[in-house]
Amino acid sequence: MTTGLPDAEGTLHELIERMRPAVAYDAAFVGIYSGGAWLAERLAREIAGDHPLGFIDVSFYRDDYATTGLKGGTKRSEIPFDVTGATIVLIDDVLFTGRSVRAAINELFDFGRPASIELAVLIDRGGRELPIEATYAGARLAVARDQNVVLSRDAAGRLSLGIEPFRAS
Amino acid sequence: MPNRNPQLNADGALTHLLTLEGLPPAVIRQILDTAVPFVGIAEREVKKVPLLRGKAVFNLFFENSTRTRTTFEIAAKRLSADVINLNIGASSTSKGETLLDTVDNLVAMDADLFVVRHAQSGAPHLIASHLIAKGRTHVHVVNAGDGRHAHPTQGLLDLYTIRHYKGDFANLTVAVVGDVLHSRVARSLIHGLTTLGTAEVRVIGPRTLLPAHVESMGVQVYEDMRLGLANCDVVVMLRLQNERMKGALLPSAGEYFKHYGLTMDKLAAAKEDVIVMHPGPMNRGVEIDSAVADGARSVILPQVTFGIAVRMAVMSILAGA
Amino acid sequence: MSAAGYRYGRDAIGTLEIRNGRVIDPASGTDRHAPVYVADGAIAAIGDAPSGWRAERMLDAAGRVVAPGLVDLAARLREPGLEHKATLESELEAAIAGGVTSLACPPDTDPPLDEPGLVEMLKHRARLINRAHVYPIGALTVALAGETLTEMGELAEAGCVAFSQADTPLVDTQVLLRAMQYAATFGHAVWLRPQDPYLARGGVAHEGEVATRLGLPAIPAMAETVALSTIFALVRDTRVHLHVCRLSTAEGVAMVAAAKREGLPVTCDVAVHHLHLCDVDIGWFDSMAHLVPPLRGTRDRAALRAGVADGTIDAVCSDHAPVDDDGKQLPFGEAEPGATGLELLLPLTLKWAQEERVDLASALARITVHAARVLRVPAGSLAVGAPADICIFDPHHAWRVTPAALRSQGRNTPFAGYELVGRTMTTIVGGQVVFEA
Repeated sequence: MTTGLPDAEGTLHELIERMRPAVAYDAAFVGIYSGGAWLAERLAREIAGDHPLGFIDVSFYRDDYATTGLKGGTKRSEIPFDVTGATIVLIDDVLFTGRSVRAAINELFDFGRPASIELAVLIDRGGRELPIEATYAGARLAVARDQNVVLSRDAAGRLSLGIEPFRAS
Repeated sequence: MPNRNPQLNADGALTHLLTLEGLPPAVIRQILDTAVPFVGIAEREVKKVPLLRGKAVFNLFFENSTRTRTTFEIAAKRLSADVINLNIGASSTSKGETLLDTVDNLVAMDADLFVVRHAQSGAPHLIASHLIAKGRTHVHVVNAGDGRHAHPTQGLLDLYTIRHYKGDFANLTVAVVGDVLHSRVARSLIHGLTTLGTAEVRVIGPRTLLPAHVESMGVQVYEDMRLGLANCDVVVMLRLQNERMKGALLPSAGEYFKHYGLTMDKLAAAKEDVIVMHPGPMNRGVEIDSAVADGARSVILPQVTFGIAVRMAVMSILAGA
Repeated sequence: MSAAGYRYGRDAIGTLEIRNGRVIDPASGTDRHAPVYVADGAIAAIGDAPSGWRAERMLDAAGRVVAPGLVDLAARLREPGLEHKATLESELEAAIAGGVTSLACPPDTDPPLDEPGLVEMLKHRARLINRAHVYPIGALTVALAGETLTEMGELAEAGCVAFSQADTPLVDTQVLLRAMQYAATFGHAVWLRPQDPYLARGGVAHEGEVATRLGLPAIPAMAETVALSTIFALVRDTRVHLHVCRLSTAEGVAMVAAAKREGLPVTCDVAVHHLHLCDVDIGWFDSMAHLVPPLRGTRDRAALRAGVADGTIDAVCSDHAPVDDDGKQLPFGEAEPGATGLELLLPLTLKWAQEERVDLASALARITVHAARVLRVPAGSLAVGAPADICIFDPHHAWRVTPAALRSQGRNTPFAGYELVGRTMTTIVGGQVVFEA
């Protein structure tokens, strides 16, 4: 809808092509709700191998609890495999400041001690506030600071990207 | 003269949990929904989330209860909070320090959240009003049981349990059995059930153990247990305390068990998939038969697990307000 | 009107003229604009000046009502023994600020008023302070313990106008019977608060929906009616003059009405709080609403209001009970019961009258002449020759109840923040101006 935004399905294809030769056969795919979770499901289906699927909600590990409190809609993190010794690919839709990824890593370490964690994102929009980088990125994008890049999924499962004004909670 | 509900702050967010009475249903649902992800924490290697790291939770127990206090302590520690236990009992009063003086001293020691249990109805309200009057908007009170008045976290975990096994409340018939007169657990549960639109809430007990005008709380009264249990989806058994025999309220535990104790036989009047709950600790053979307590319909043990998650949810919502 | 504070003290006992006021004297049925002439501490004339009249001082009562000084049947002064709650000085100042010129104090001091020496000292102190007239109610039994009779004759000579147990129940009905018989022998009045101690045991709030929801131990209405049955049976036998203190239930009002119809020598009063508040006003466990007897239901309140209007209830009192902060800042059940009330008796009575469409003179009667009749003292009227105890008030003055601004040492009132209408502007006792707003 907005010009300049890449097509989500096409970008996902790019990401898959980058990941396919590089990820471990038994790497677990852990998606951060909600966009990362959808992506994790697609990646697990389309990349061959034995990839346990997990989902993570970072609400309890965010660094902004003191100012914004607990937002509603917290989901249960589902990690149905043993984190200790696991090779994990953490998956999120948009990489921006890096704070969500920091929270996700902290949460994973409360489940156990992984052997390694790689990061796969659909869109890297820059603007990092922490020293975190994606191992695999679908596309890079420059976006104004007061705008959010949002991934949506329709009833048929098709992904699409959109831009929304940044809403302070 | 506090006229506004002291539980909600100026933005309508929950800032103290004192009673389920008068809480908007959305707030109750929010707490139950927030508890869902907390239930999974117990299955992790590190059973903690960092939400309340650096916060100090003070357990102010003016009435002894190892059980409830331990649950709150576990919940707070799983939120990474620092927990300090104060069994006030005789210590402060013997020094002549008033309840509010104790609170002020602890606030000066950077308390963020008080979990209060007191033998007098209204004590947590007094503390909350005092904190509000002093402008301490970042100190929160959780009522862990005040006199006969309320035990809101117990009510919430009971609601959570019912929702977990039975789904929505709109079609349920729930019976609360026993000493409703003295029970803060019963009062909180009744308020929660009526607020969430439960189809029918019943109280069952001898007249001496039912409060005057209890119907005004929105319940049907049954003095005959078999009639009261007919077609129930949920049966909640209340504990009968030994003191009741001394106050000329009941002649004996034996007679009570005969008429109001839950046995497999009496339970047969309820629906086949009925669930049986009890806030604990149980008096086997007084209000409940072992066969029922340990039987297939009992969800008494899961209640305990849910209790920790619900208390974690309450504390994280309050501390983030 | 002066800005802040008020002046009091020894004005010369001379001649005083009150002009332009609306004179209401319920005892004589007077309700007209007329000057009032005071000389030598008494009412000299109303209307036409006495011959040779020369006023040393003139008070302008334009827009105000000139009424008899109010008579309050129950005001705790806390002396002797409870001076941390209040003192005679502070409470008598509160009294005259409220327009109360005569008050009866219950015997529940520390020690209780069961010895002539204590009563004499109390009266002596009050005389020295020279504000309102204090009429002590003596203890009916020694130490209020309900076992031994007090020396009612000696106490009466020392100044007691009646005998009561205050709020302590007299459980032994045989002792109660004997006390009534003895009092009746000498014509003493017995004042009793009707509450069966067993039915009220442990209770702190009225047995009703509110107590059930709040989980407060309850006092059923039956605690009052059972006690009234017993009391009336004993009165029927002894014919003692019996005053029922602080009625609180609808059934109680009906029982008093029946007793009066029967011809029993019974009078009764109600605390002004119970004409306005009910158990719902406990709100979020507001300990200011913790009273004895408890605030009851709306039906009870309606019956009490009607009972005052139709005369079943003879008088309205403040039931003044100053309680210090420590006593109230406790959980509801542990808080000390009682409310400060001397300064609110007038506006709260006027409020009841306005809401029930009772005329001003009838309303004032409940806190002047009728109360004085119960007390059996020469007060509450503006008859020529009567002591010049006068309350001049503005019936239209609206003011907000601010606990900190009350003169009583007790700041405990459930009416904090209420806007009331009616304010005492000048109080005269024995011909002296003792208070001016």
